[in-house]
Amino acid sequence: MVTITRPGRSVTAGRPAAAGHSKERGDRRLGYILVAPALILLAVVTAYPLVYNLWNSLHYDNLTFATSPKSFNGLHDYNVAINTDGWVSALERTLVFTVVTIVFDVVVALALALMLHRRFRGRGFLRAAVLIPWAVPTVVSAMLWKTMFDPRTGFVDYFLGAIHPAWSNLTWLNISVFRSWAAIFIADSWKNIPFVAIILLAGLQVIPNDVYEAAKIDGAGWWQSFRRITLPMLKPALSVALIFRTLQALLVFDVIFVMTSGGPGTSTETLAYLNFDEFINKTDFGVGGAMSIMLVILALIISAIYVRAFRPQTTR
Amino acid sequence: MAAIAAARHAAPSPRWDVRKIIRESLFYLAVIIVVLIALFPFYWILRTSLMSNFQVGQGVGGKNGVIPGALSVQGWKEVFTEDDFQRPLINSLIVSVACMVVTVVVASMAGYALSRLNIRGVGPILAFILLAGFFPVLAMIGPLFLLMRHLNILDSIWPLIIIYTVYTLPISTWLLKNFFDQIPAELEDAALTDGATRLQTLRRVVLPVAVPGVFTAAILSFILAWNDFAFAVSFLHTPSNFTAPLAITTFGESQFQVFYNVIDAAVVITSIPIALVVLFAQRRIVSGLTAGSFR
Repeated sequence: MVTITRPGRSVTAGRPAAAGHSKERGDRRLGYILVAPALILLAVVTAYPLVYNLWNSLHYDNLTFATSPKSFNGLHDYNVAINTDGWVSALERTLVFTVVTIVFDVVVALALALMLHRRFRGRGFLRAAVLIPWAVPTVVSAMLWKTMFDPRTGFVDYFLGAIHPAWSNLTWLNISVFRSWAAIFIADSWKNIPFVAIILLAGLQVIPNDVYEAAKIDGAGWWQSFRRITLPMLKPALSVALIFRTLQALLVFDVIFVMTSGGPGTSTETLAYLNFDEFINKTDFGVGGAMSIMLVILALIISAIYVRAFRPQTTR
Repeated sequence: MAAIAAARHAAPSPRWDVRKIIRESLFYLAVIIVVLIALFPFYWILRTSLMSNFQVGQGVGGKNGVIPGALSVQGWKEVFTEDDFQRPLINSLIVSVACMVVTVVVASMAGYALSRLNIRGVGPILAFILLAGFFPVLAMIGPLFLLMRHLNILDSIWPLIIIYTVYTLPISTWLLKNFFDQIPAELEDAALTDGATRLQTLRRVVLPVAVPGVFTAAILSFILAWNDFAFAVSFLHTPSNFTAPLAITTFGESQFQVFYNVIDAAVVITSIPIALVVLFAQRRIVSGLTAGSFR
């Protein structure tokens, strides 16, 4: 039940062999034709730019100086990317942000998933209410929280001020580094926790109820059955949610662009933000390419770690 | 299942003991808190969008607390008359709907082939599609920018339709492949032995049965395409070509003050179609997000 779907030939295996060989071959040819558009589209937007990026990262290529020859310059772009422009500090920030959000989001999402899983009146409404923050564009959620954290317009300082007068006029964005990050973190988690919760909810739904019943008969309490049954059987869903969220957090961009534009100073610039800046504002496709390739490698390393960590459990 | 439910009801504990009541109340309290966290910010932007420039300038508190003293449509008016928000809205609608159509057609074809047509390399193909779904597309802005510059199609919404398929195709293809897997093959076999071709069968027999799956893929594609900001901000520079999320980031700034009523009017307007889709198709979205990931 909990296994990840294996691409199956089993569906066609049951068909009578009377159809014959030529029919089978015709089917197969049609199959390739039908699959081709999807593969071509995806290759155009993933594989092609990846290779192009790799090529660019090994050459000099700056649109601002478009007349200069695009000469091969080895790993020079990587050297520039790492040693200038605050890439290393952006890497540190991005990694810290990723770890903090992942831990927080998954823990909260798990509680939320348990809530969404329970049968009760109004569950449909709760699910819809929780999904709306996820479904609106990131710009909308970021702009919404930018409004909320504005001391003259939002409710954050208004409510905090009701608790303690000194908190009535905190400026969150672009003054204090910590408060800027806190605001970004809240906006980001508010939007993304629902998605993680839905994935975990799917994991909860495939756990057969009789396992819990059996545990109850054996005298297991809520916490015991949660630890011994729910968590282990949730592992496939957890791994999907973790990988997806980690890669998303690693590329955090929209929310930063809208809320702080990297400020105060450069203290909320992340890898993806810096990468965008290098491409679009500095038009340096060599150094930008190097940043992209390093980002892809980082994503690959993290995915590999996850796949390895979750492998033994996902097969059964 | 029924037996289990019956067994639970037959449990010896009395129906209304105090602990149970407390537990239930705490649960519903938690539900209310969650709903408030999810929806109260939306109320607040609606509230702010319905205040005048003057009210926004006064700041929050006093007469303009949780419920504003007076309502005004100034923000809603200005966002259309001065910021021409209708243009970006239409652009976003065109791009999202077109991307949705392309995705549904292409993903249905691919999903059907992967599920039924016995092609070689199903495993690697599915792995590639999955990988594309996890791919850090944001790092690919540069090369795509250069490609579009070379083809002279920068600053146009049309290429976005193709580019956004990177968000929509992987999950839709997986979802539809899983959906087709669950449709019994006998259904097609009958049509096939009657002499229908594969494509006829796909159109007349399989797709009608697969309508819920196709519908789910369409909704998710629309939401995902409507969401994009990174590509829009990188490729578009004429305001009349902006998509709605991009346009929002350019509103409301003046030298002395940020007019959040104007910005929030745009934020509310952009959220409305999405909120409606979610309210009416919550069940589809939940099943779609989960079927796309694993089963």
